[in-house]
Amino acid sequence: MEFFRPTSLSDACRLKSEHPDAVPLCGGTDVMVDINFDRHRPESLLDLTAVPELFGWSRYDGHLRIGAAMPYTAIIAELSAEAPGLAIASRTVGSPQIRNRASVGGNLGSASPAGDALPPLLAVDAEVEAISAAGTRRIPIHEFFLGPKRNALRPDELITAVHLPVARGPQQFAKVGTRNAMVIAVCSFSLALHPDAGRVGTGIGSAAPTPLPARKAETFLAGELTDRWAEPTDLSEDVVRRFGELVAAAAVPIDDVRGTAAYRRHALSVLARRTLTWTWADHIQRMGQR
Amino acid sequence: MTIRVTMTVNGEPLTADDVWEGESLLYVLRERLGLPGSKNACEQGECGSCTVLLGGEVVCACLVGAGQAEGAEIVTVEGLGDGEQLATIQETFVDAGAVQCGFCTPGLLITAFDLLNRDPHPTDATIREALAGNLCRCTGYEKILDAVRLAAARQSSSA
Repeated sequence: MEFFRPTSLSDACRLKSEHPDAVPLCGGTDVMVDINFDRHRPESLLDLTAVPELFGWSRYDGHLRIGAAMPYTAIIAELSAEAPGLAIASRTVGSPQIRNRASVGGNLGSASPAGDALPPLLAVDAEVEAISAAGTRRIPIHEFFLGPKRNALRPDELITAVHLPVARGPQQFAKVGTRNAMVIAVCSFSLALHPDAGRVGTGIGSAAPTPLPARKAETFLAGELTDRWAEPTDLSEDVVRRFGELVAAAAVPIDDVRGTAAYRRHALSVLARRTLTWTWADHIQRMGQR
Repeated sequence: MTIRVTMTVNGEPLTADDVWEGESLLYVLRERLGLPGSKNACEQGECGSCTVLLGGEVVCACLVGAGQAEGAEIVTVEGLGDGEQLATIQETFVDAGAVQCGFCTPGLLITAFDLLNRDPHPTDATIREALAGNLCRCTGYEKILDAVRLAAARQSSSA
């Protein structure tokens, strides 16, 4: 095995093009587990923790660029207002020890359907920034996940950042598990209201081969909210229930050690109703404060 | 091939040679540097028994690649006291009866030490949240919570 430790993004990029089999290693919360258990023995490791360009975040034109290696602890501390859905999901990641190391880039690279950061990224139509010797490209999040633990990155590419709009409306995330900490989601759901655009975004986790949006639920809810954004009133139980049903219907869950498909569908409908209730109440309050 | 890793552990510059590239920081500490205080249990970041401070932040040493620790400042449980005198959090773990089998204790001590550095007067909810990544299968956590509260009280009265 070889161990590469570049100290600049250009060096990291060059090493990845010279060694496309090199496994990027950052927080180690997935990669080191595989090595510790001898499930995977990579030809080489590409440590990214000494590449300063991958940390930190910036703001431009109503958007955020979040460095791929920015740990969840920092996202929670610094971006709770700008990226509330992602920040709420970040609080549910692992434990303090894990949140100090794990990052959005790792969730994207691993592309597990259970990655906590992924549903909120879907709900805000994020874009993944990747770099190779050929240059930088942005991959829409909705085109990024190809299957369980498979993504649209080429072997010579590294994830450098994720781009998302600064929140202009309420966002939520909720997940089901056996306890609050150290839980791989049985299922999870994120909802983002986009009042300015009259749109709604969703993301489902751990209930299909990839994280995925609930498109019919988004269309239904956006239709119900069309004339209500400016002067919001309470939603009827029928609307809330129908939204939950459509979210559950969008999932393609399986039975596994963490839960059955039927349980996941039911739980998703509950999470969808809760997050809708929370975000709409938040929207009503914001409009009342104007 | 192997690598050489140099880091500062508990204030002392240490070098480990012949380190396998896929090795964890935990293995280096325990097997190469003679510091077995950090415990090896789950090897997947679930239990917190290998918790150390890396650059001043709590991490699971089992999830840190040895090469990633090159040049880093590490604090393990061996570095909490000064060799003669226990740290306050260690004393209060003893006084509160927060230790049974003791396997989780080093990790819990590091985590609690870090918490009290960042928040000298933590609420119970904050303590629980901070310790959520450290599993103890003996105590039921009540005595551990007592020990952290006691340390917070002692440190604020002596400060």
